[in-house]
Amino acid sequence: MNLTSLRVGFVPLLDVAPIVIAREMGFAQAEGLGLELQRAPSWSSLRDMLLWGKVDAAQMLAPVPVAMALGLGGAVARLDILQVLSINGDVIGVSQALADRLRVLGHDFAFTDARRAADDLGRAVDAPLRIGVPFPYSTHVELVTYWLRNTGLTYELCTIPPPRMAEALAAGEVDAFCVGEPWGSVAVELGAGTLLLPGRAIWAVAPEKVLAVRHDRADANPALTGRLMRAVWRAAKWLSVPENRLIASEILARPEYVNAPVEMLDRALRGEMVISARGEMRQVPDMIRFFDGAATFPWRSQVAWFAAQLARRQGLDAVRSMAAAKVICRTDLYRQNLRAAGADLPGASEKLEGSLHHPTAVASEQGQMILAPDAFFDGQIFDATTDLR
Amino acid sequence: MKLHIVIVEPDEARAKLVIDCLLPLGHQVTVIGEASGLARRVCDIVPDIVLIDMSNPSRDTLEEMALASGPKERPVAFFVDRTDRDLTQQAIEAGVSAYVVDGLQPDRVASVMDAAIARFQMFRRMRVELETTRRALEERKLIDRAKGILMKARGIGEEDAYALLRKTAMDQGRKVAEVAGALVTAAGLLS
Repeated sequence: MNLTSLRVGFVPLLDVAPIVIAREMGFAQAEGLGLELQRAPSWSSLRDMLLWGKVDAAQMLAPVPVAMALGLGGAVARLDILQVLSINGDVIGVSQALADRLRVLGHDFAFTDARRAADDLGRAVDAPLRIGVPFPYSTHVELVTYWLRNTGLTYELCTIPPPRMAEALAAGEVDAFCVGEPWGSVAVELGAGTLLLPGRAIWAVAPEKVLAVRHDRADANPALTGRLMRAVWRAAKWLSVPENRLIASEILARPEYVNAPVEMLDRALRGEMVISARGEMRQVPDMIRFFDGAATFPWRSQVAWFAAQLARRQGLDAVRSMAAAKVICRTDLYRQNLRAAGADLPGASEKLEGSLHHPTAVASEQGQMILAPDAFFDGQIFDATTDLR
Repeated sequence: MKLHIVIVEPDEARAKLVIDCLLPLGHQVTVIGEASGLARRVCDIVPDIVLIDMSNPSRDTLEEMALASGPKERPVAFFVDRTDRDLTQQAIEAGVSAYVVDGLQPDRVASVMDAAIARFQMFRRMRVELETTRRALEERKLIDRAKGILMKARGIGEEDAYALLRKTAMDQGRKVAEVAGALVTAAGLLS
């Protein structure tokens, strides 16, 4: 069979799984696609590769296309979000010195309570905290900023490539980090740090990576866009089967993909996190999620939340920013291309964010959609139609 | 007025080649080799242009500086924001990215970029050549091992062993190195 070749860019992280699995487990081939996966050394390089046509699609930090829609960060073209690749998957970790001070102050490292972690952190530090993040426009930055906004804690964000995060923490370049797995677990394994919180303790359904394409390309060849979306969506579905986790870890561990130990990749997939060099284990349901709970759907309300946060910090108009961000969520293509593949489609493309504390059934075409809890740690509810905070 | 250009490049020999092409233009050039503390060091130098290999993961650290330039710092623009799309495309093809202080005259930026792009194109060619040479060497090793296996198993001479490999490859429409690789793998499994 003649395969249509399609170049997809990625950065070595666990959450590239749906793209890698689409290629390795034959979901792309079944759609007649030959995926050429190109590993990028940095997010800025991957963004440029996508903008300048060196790749056709890319795994992308969810806030990057949003920032561009707001005219921030070297926006030379519009990027569209086709679907969400992963929900959650980040961890916040602290240096050994800071972990020791937190323990002296009685912090329990329960790995669940973001409010308590912030309070204890405030008592443990007396100088501005330097926090490593992978990129200025990232879910990591939005989570950390939201988490610490009312604490009075002074901090500085430093951009560090994820594979270098453990080294930067060990060298004292940063005191803490927020990074995607497996790089947090790698820092624990190297004895560089202790994990304080999973990202989901701040927001239970933070969209982490998205499948992004240039706007003009998304519509130039609609059939091709649909084939890519279906291949990646079926790969995400495959990843949701517990028995497939170990195969996924073993494939992702390869040098050409994440190039990290299988065991480190497996932790987040199983939700069994080792948080310290002492081997303390914490169970984290939904540590990272690829499929269940409508994870793949590009909710307009979720990108609007990113837009509202960015707008507030950059002094932009919140209403206009949220509107600009919603437009790049291609819920139209999602509905059109994934209905035939069997995806259950929600009755609306926006929802209240932060209102669910338990799994909740919602209106959908097949009547089988159950949304996962989506609470923010501070109990706030975000309404993308009116919220101006 | 001469420009102060920073090159972020851990490989000294490569950094020197870039310096050599920029110095004749009358600019001042500083090299930063280490990723650690990169942001602080660039801030201390206050350069007009920063050049970095697109394959260097520390590029995102520079990106942060470009985005976060506060009121006290000199604003830094992305090279990709520049109006000259041809030059940007060429730079991306060559694998070099540049961060340029806002307000610098486009023609002055262009002369620096032209020189840097030429040099990075050369690096790219060298990298491809190196890769080709490395692969050829590996293939030869593989073929030598396969010949050895055949000579031992079938009691034939070196020339006959090679002829057999070549004939098999031709019959199957594959490369000699591929056939040799399959033989070495199979022999490994059977031993």
